[in-house]
Amino acid sequence: MSIQSQTVAEFAITYSRFLDAEGHPTQDLPESLKNADTLRKLYEYMVLNRTFDAKAVALQRTGKMGTYPSSAGQEAIGVGVGAAMQEGDVSVPYYRDHGAHLIRGGSIEEIYLLWGGDERGNDYATLKQDFPVAVPIASQSLHAVGVAKAIQYRKQSRAVVTFIGDGGTSEGDFYEAINLAGVWKLPVLFVINNNFWAISVPLSEQTICKTLAQKGIAAGVSGEQVDGNDVLAVTYATEQALKRIREGHGPHIIEALTYRMCDHTTADDAKRYQPPEEVESYKKEDPILRLRNYLVSQNLWDEEQEKTLYARVKQTVEQAVHAYESIPDQPPTAIFDYLYATLPHDLIEQRDILLANLGAHHE
Amino acid sequence: MSEITLVEAVTQALAYELAHDENVIVFGEDVGANGGVFRATEGLQKRFGTDRVLDTPLAESMIVGMAVGMAAEGLKPIAEIQFMGFIYPALDQIISHASRLRNRTRGRLSCPMVIRAPYGCGIHAPEHHSESTESILAHIPGLRVVIPSSPTRAYGLLLAAMRDPDPVIFLEPTRIYRKIKQEVPDNGVALPLDRCFLLREGTDITLVSWGAMLTETMTAAQNLQQQGINCEVIDVATIKPLDIDSIIQSVEKTGRCVIIHEAAKTCGVGAEIAAQLAEKALMSLRAPIQRVTGFDTIVPLYKMEHLYLPSVARILNAAHEVMAFE
Repeated sequence: MSIQSQTVAEFAITYSRFLDAEGHPTQDLPESLKNADTLRKLYEYMVLNRTFDAKAVALQRTGKMGTYPSSAGQEAIGVGVGAAMQEGDVSVPYYRDHGAHLIRGGSIEEIYLLWGGDERGNDYATLKQDFPVAVPIASQSLHAVGVAKAIQYRKQSRAVVTFIGDGGTSEGDFYEAINLAGVWKLPVLFVINNNFWAISVPLSEQTICKTLAQKGIAAGVSGEQVDGNDVLAVTYATEQALKRIREGHGPHIIEALTYRMCDHTTADDAKRYQPPEEVESYKKEDPILRLRNYLVSQNLWDEEQEKTLYARVKQTVEQAVHAYESIPDQPPTAIFDYLYATLPHDLIEQRDILLANLGAHHE
Repeated sequence: MSEITLVEAVTQALAYELAHDENVIVFGEDVGANGGVFRATEGLQKRFGTDRVLDTPLAESMIVGMAVGMAAEGLKPIAEIQFMGFIYPALDQIISHASRLRNRTRGRLSCPMVIRAPYGCGIHAPEHHSESTESILAHIPGLRVVIPSSPTRAYGLLLAAMRDPDPVIFLEPTRIYRKIKQEVPDNGVALPLDRCFLLREGTDITLVSWGAMLTETMTAAQNLQQQGINCEVIDVATIKPLDIDSIIQSVEKTGRCVIIHEAAKTCGVGAEIAAQLAEKALMSLRAPIQRVTGFDTIVPLYKMEHLYLPSVARILNAAHEVMAFE
């Protein structure tokens, strides 16, 4: 008997960042990130993300909104990925990608509406083909490959970006999705928001893989890590990945390393399991502070601009809160009206029962 | 015109729609070169190409999840799950997404798609190849669940399913895939998705069934005719939404109802039909409603399968029981 071995895969996972925690450049910035307006826009949307997000938590705490998943500390991922996407691309999110929604032209009010218990929050005014938030973990990865298949079938140059958390990469749907994306060379980018916590379970109990990006290797899908608190690294990696994807090179995985600087949702208390010293150590990695330090060091930002920005963002958020709070309720029949294109006869009967009983209440 | 089987009628409907709607894409495990394990997609890949008729990797959740994404982009995915017993990994995608996307987005995105699955027992296959768990799906808001019982209805109902703007589960009874042959004109004419079909007119008992069990039901009706008992036979065909009005109309005439299905008894679709008759037609009933169903057991492996499956004799017994009431 002879045993032969063959090296079928050798891989290294690259890790990239452009700014260290203090905002010092670690290498030369690519041309696309030297534009002052681009840099300021990234900064402004991260500030908007954090501000609207803090307000969402405050609304929940005061009984004006339901359970809400914060994206505090992870703004660079949504904002950076969203900034690199183009019009016509499709976002298939999980639930901590608010930054991508905002920078792609989605509204704050839509996010408030959804988490305020109103389905109209998913009826996006501008991002008509983007998927709504997926609550069941990893199930959205498969929708993304389906959207990508439709794009490929029609020979379009659009791309799909789908987001998932670190815990989500343990789900079968994630593996099924990257496998199919590889087999069919689909135009889809998988972005893993690795914030090290899946509610209370740390990454070390989720997998013994050294990286989550390498999970693509077995499916023949390339992957890389970026500093998820460096919005420049996230933006650039996404731009490069989407360029290759549009050229027909197939799927890619970006694992963005960050930290969950918040409870899982407003119904959670992370103090029960996140070590305080760990949380403390990540404070100095803050993505907003980092970019501001860099902008200031390059003379692209000053106190005056900072004050103006915060005043403007405050006003934007207040307007969104006002719009959210003043939208009239959906009519009671709305619980029936969108189940089917045409309501079947048995549901017409049930809808009538609802209306008849509402009438009785009002009397 | 030559006569074709139910499975050939499925192929004919798929081919018609592939030829007439470029958004239609047929995919699943072994549906391409192999033409499906039951040959339901025989020759389709050769005729329409690998862009339109695709083999997928072996992953059921993926098949349905991918269909959700394709449908949201305006395609018409027609997915095959190889057997109903293997649909369970895809239930999350069916229940959590396909059935809900329209409602979740207030109509912005929707899921026009068909999930075809061979179902039911009677083909001497291993475990899991004999499931008839249609009531799990009939319970889910946002879906339609359709079960043909003949080549003609397979053709017309599948066309309707493929043209429907919402997700349709289309369950094909394997036991009668090749049992009945009919002339089925390939005229692209669909049948309604929300109506029962009257297979036999009668005045004494309404026999209600669907899918393969209509074979035993029709045999029982003929036997009863020889005994002077005149049965009306209804093919429910679309179990969700249920056309209860047609069943009520029949029961108002006969005053007696026996419901026959292959699925287990508890929470079967028969229970829903019986409950609605009790709500809406109790005063028309001259006898308690009877159900002749599979037992609440695991479907046995094929040597004992005949013990599980409702027999003509059990239908006759139930008919005699309801006839004992004046």
